[in-house]
Order: sequence, then C-alpha cells, then structure tokens
Amino acid sequence: MKRTTLFSLAVLALAGAISVTVLPLSAQTRAKATNVPVIPHEAVPNFFKNPPGIYTGENMGIATNSKGNVFIYHRANETRLFEYTPAGQFVREIGRNNYGFAFAHSVRVDAQDNIWAVDEGTDMLIKFSPEGRVLMVIGRREDPVNQLLNMPGSGTFHGRNEKYRFGRQTDVAFDQQGNIFVSDGYFDARVVKYDKNGRFIKAVGKRGNGSLEFNTPHSIATDFQGNVYVGDRGNARVQVLDNDLNWKANYDQVGNPWAVCVSGGPGPKNPGKQYLFSSNSWQDSAPAAGAEFTGEVYKMELDGTIVGKFGRAGKASGEFATIHQMDCRDPNVIYTAEINNWRSQKILLKPLTTTSAQEVQ
Amino acid sequence: MTRTLKALLVAIVAGGTAAGAQAPVQELAFDTNADLLRTPPDVYVGEVGGVGANSKGQIFVYTRTGHPYATLGDNRTFYRGGSRLFQFDPSGKFVRELGQDVYGFNAAIGLRIDPQDHVWTIDAGANQVVKFDTEGRVALVLGRKPETMGVRPPMPRPGGGPGPGGPGAGPGGPGGAPANRRPGEGIPGSSFNRPTDVAWDAAGNIYVADGIGTNNRVAKFDKDGRFIRHWGATGTEPGQFQGVKGLAVDAQGNVYVADSGNKRIQVFDADGNFKSQFGGVGTPLAMCMTRGATQYLYVSHAGDTDGMEDAAIYKVRLDGTVVGKFGSAGKLPKEFGLANSIDCRNENELLIGEMTNWRVQRVTLKGAPAAR
Repeated sequence: MKRTTLFSLAVLALAGAISVTVLPLSAQTRAKATNVPVIPHEAVPNFFKNPPGIYTGENMGIATNSKGNVFIYHRANETRLFEYTPAGQFVREIGRNNYGFAFAHSVRVDAQDNIWAVDEGTDMLIKFSPEGRVLMVIGRREDPVNQLLNMPGSGTFHGRNEKYRFGRQTDVAFDQQGNIFVSDGYFDARVVKYDKNGRFIKAVGKRGNGSLEFNTPHSIATDFQGNVYVGDRGNARVQVLDNDLNWKANYDQVGNPWAVCVSGGPGPKNPGKQYLFSSNSWQDSAPAAGAEFTGEVYKMELDGTIVGKFGRAGKASGEFATIHQMDCRDPNVIYTAEINNWRSQKILLKPLTTTSAQEVQ
Repeated sequence: MTRTLKALLVAIVAGGTAAGAQAPVQELAFDTNADLLRTPPDVYVGEVGGVGANSKGQIFVYTRTGHPYATLGDNRTFYRGGSRLFQFDPSGKFVRELGQDVYGFNAAIGLRIDPQDHVWTIDAGANQVVKFDTEGRVALVLGRKPETMGVRPPMPRPGGGPGPGGPGAGPGGPGGAPANRRPGEGIPGSSFNRPTDVAWDAAGNIYVADGIGTNNRVAKFDKDGRFIRHWGATGTEPGQFQGVKGLAVDAQGNVYVADSGNKRIQVFDADGNFKSQFGGVGTPLAMCMTRGATQYLYVSHAGDTDGMEDAAIYKVRLDGTVVGKFGSAGKLPKEFGLANSIDCRNENELLIGEMTNWRVQRVTLKGAPAAR
C-alpha cells in the first residue's frame, strides 16, 4: 500500500518533470499579489528603426550600455546581434556568423560596456568588446560530429553540473568585482559563479522547488551589494542569493519571472536607489486564455516589497507579447525584448498617482 | 584491467627513461601576443582547429566558425558549413579567405603548411585532407566526405552502444572489409574517420593521422595521393593507438605519432615498423617538429576537456628527453584553452591555436636552450 502510494507519487513527479521538460513555455500562472498599484506607462511608438532589408526576428535579449546604445539579440533567419543608437537608429551588426551564435537567449552589458551574448543553442557565453571583438567565451558548442549522435536535437534535462559546460543556459549577470553569474538553464538547474577571467568558482542548485532548487532558472540579475536575483520561472518565484550563492529569500507574489532586471546598471556602483523588475510574461497567443491574467511587469524594492505594476498581454503598442528580457538601467525607462511580436519596445514609466492605483487590475 | 595496467607500466617506464627520476620539468620563460589576429568586423575566428605559417610568414588559420548545417528536403541529409580558412599577414592582419563554400569545410581540426608553402586542411567532419596550392586552388583531396550523415541515433546494438565514430563512418565509405581486420585498423586507402593531422617526408610522401574516430592508424600515400600502406589498430601495445592526434616526420624519415589516449609518442620507421616510444609529455593534443639541424618536438598537453584545469606545452628532444615546458590552462594570455595546433617554423617563436579560447597566440620563448 505504502509502496503503491510511493510509486504513484514517483510517477506523478516524473509526469510533472516530463511535462515541464517537453513544454518549457507552459509556465504561466496568475500572480498571487493583489491590489497592486498600476504605474502609468507609455511606449515610444516605432522606437527601433531598421534600414530596408534589415529585420529582427524573435527579440530574445535587450540591453543598454553606459552611453545609452541598445543591443538586441534576436532569432532571425540566423541568430543575430544588432546595435542601435540611444534614439533607436540601427548602427551595426556584431558577431555575424561567429561560431557561438545559433539560438539567441539573452544579452547583457557589463560595467566596462562589454557585450555578453547568451546563446542557448551552442551552450555558450560570448563576450564582445565595445568594438565588437571577441574577448572571452565560456562554455563550448558541442562538437558537430558528436552532436550527430543526438540529433534531431530533442535533448532533455540532464543536470550534469559541469564546471565549464552548460545545459541551455539562459542569462548572465556581473557583480562589482566583475564576477560572472550564469543561470543554467533548461537542461541544468543551477547558478554558476566564475571570476572575471572565466575561472569557475562555485555552482549551486539542483532541480526541484525547495531553497536553492530551480525549475528553469530563466533570468538573472545582481544589485550593487552583490546579491543575486534568479528568475526561477517554473517555480513562480524570484530566488534571492547572496554573493556566495547562499539562499536568502523567495519573492513568490509576482507570477512566473521570465525576465528580471535590477535598475542602476551593471556598475560602477552609483548612489541611485535600486529596484527589481520582474515580468510575468504572456506565454503566447495559444491558449488565448493566458492573456487575461499574465503579461504585466512588477516593480519591487530590493527586499521584495511590490511598488507597482504596468502593462498587460497583447500586441498593441505598450502591451507585451511575451517579454523575454528587460533592461532597466534607468528605472523609469524600460526596454522590453518580446518574442511574439518580433519587436522590442522603449517604455516610459510615469509617476504613480492615486487615480492610477484605482485602475482595473 | 590488465590492459590498463600494461598501458600504465608502459607510460611509467617510458616516462622514467625520458624524464629521469621524476625531476621537476624546467619551466621555460616565454612571452606571448594573445591578440594577434585582426579580422574585419564581419569575420570571426572561432575554435582554431589549425594554424600554420608559410615561408613568407603569412599565417593560415583553419577555424570552426559560422554554422554546421544539415540539409532538409534532400534525399539525404548532408553536412555543410561550419569551418573557414583565413589568411593573415605576418603581423596578424587579415588578408583573405580561401576555400569559400567548398564541399568539405565542416569541422576544422588541423592545418599544416608543407615545405613548398602549400596549405593542407584536415577536417574531422568531412573526413578529408585537402591541399591548396599557393594560388589558393585545390590541388589534392584525400578522403571522401560521407554523402549523408546519420541524423538519427544509431539503433542500439545488443551488448553495447554505438561506436563513438559511428556517423562519420556512415554510407559513402568503401565497404567489403575483410572479417579478420583488427579493430581500428581501418580500410586500406583514404577511408578516414575523423582524421587529425598530416605530415610529409623528404620525398613528399604523405602521412595522415587517422584519427579520433573508429580508426586508429597512420595512412601513407605517395606525393600524388596514391595509397602505399597503413599501420596501427586500437589498443595499448606498441604499434597500437587510442586516438591519433598528431604526426611529425624527422629529417631521417622517422614518423612520430602522438597517441593521445595512451599518453605517449610512438616512433616508427617510414614503413611503419615500431622503433620506440616515450611518455612524460602528458596527454598529447598537438605536436610540431622544428626544422633546424637539431630537431625538437613541441607537444601540447591537455589534461582536461575544457582547457581550464591542466595544460602545458612541452619541448622535447627527439629521444624523448624533456627540455622544459611552458604555459598553463585558462583564458588569459599565456594560458591555453585546448592548444589543438602548434606551428614551430621558428624554433623560438611559435603559433599556438586554441579551441576553447577562439584565438591564436604567438609565443616567444626567451633565451636560447641551455644545451644543444
């Protein structure tokens, strides 16, 4: 009897694991938070301007540098990385046809304005200088001949936890010492810390829903104190870790964090107050019902106190069609990279008013 | 078990004679330029399979960059893209690309420049060795790229999984092998399975290291590419290999084979007869032989698969005596991330191509060797 129960539980657990593995986009729940003030916002219409013949595909990653230039990492016919001026004009392409670009996932800019592309196709981080030259890579693209043994490519969770190999890692962040934090990922369930020279320091995490356990750690950010915020998407919470990757807190009121960011930029440290943003992204348009209770972005104090929220699921200007990454260097100017409308938006947040707080939620 | 023990003993004995009673290996002083190659904004060097310099100092880099593709909607799924061949001037400035869109640039693993300045590429995806003349024209192709690649997992066989080199050896290779062949002996001819290196003797005969797939052999061809003989099989005995990673031929025509899995260099005469072996150089990943009156071998050691834990480049006399070593594993200048290729045209100024660091370092060894 007991044995049967255990067995059933095991089967259930297995089924759960499989459904998550097969449907990684299924993470979609209503946020627990209620009576959240609404922050008025507007999108700058058609902010990003491409020349004729230049298109972005699924906009997976977006980040600004210290000069306000914007980088968008996207899945077009091939995965590509574009740079735009602070006014949204296309400047150039970086990394065309380099060996590490296969399936974009996110992009971040560090305190020295180096550009880090996170590619979940090749399991690689590629660090570009501001001029666009490769400075460092971490992780390794599978040898193409070895890879043939695994085709047609339907890999699954493996939890290998190797020092220098990833399992579809998702994002990268940096502390004030230049240490590198990687959320890894779909096929692994951990956070990895490297020093600024790419040497492994530590990894924590395994698959599950306890503390220091993850179910698709999908996005990662740090604050000026070196704390690490992990968007633990499948577990519908932001897990907060200290700089040595010890567990500190869970923020579980804001839905499934597809994208997290901390305002203030990657550094150097400045006196501005920092906020944590988290997007409870709309999965996509099928099933349609999800649009009714997802799509909003939360603004929080670093301690998890919710300040307000903005946006909703949709494809109109100022609505969000699956935010996959956000940049919030300036807490009142949010850049959103969106999968399902092949676009990114520049969002301006307005001061919170009592009227807006009474808007429909 | 016994086999492993035997291999260990062989390694220890060989290492003992070479390096003496575990005397610490001398560290060779060196400088490096880790920012050597300058490419246009739309050209990226990726994993460096091979690097070499010609007599004019022009640098050739065969690199895994761009994307390896498999075609769909074709009667067969074939393999295309994934590697490119670039030329740089002696200062590292990009000059041109060679071999654009050729049929067999898929998984770069080696590059050598012969005494006539021809550029030879070795590809572990296409299973080919290709010779380019000084004008950049294709002059000789050894091996044939498989018409199709196994894009589905091989059917599991009872009592054992699929072989590591399975797909590369797929349809397209010659069949009808005699049943009494030893494992890893290969099929006579240029039926390479993940070849890794090429070398020549004074007469221009061609030796191919074959390789890191299911073949563990050296294949010899005449200068026109006609098959002469091959030797080797999978194993730990003298004359057997576990991963043939590099080749070099000395001025007397002896053939040095980097036997990676057995952590040793084996020496053969020009007909493939075993002469000697030595260890003490770690797990060889690449090898280069200098061309001066006194010849030396540089052997790159990679003790881990990511180039972050254990690496060094050894300088060795042809009798296996270790002169010294330099470098360590990592991503900084003077560190090496899987040094898969060494050019030693100049004995004290080497080009080191790395897989995991996507770069070529120019290494300058400081001070002449203590004794010649």
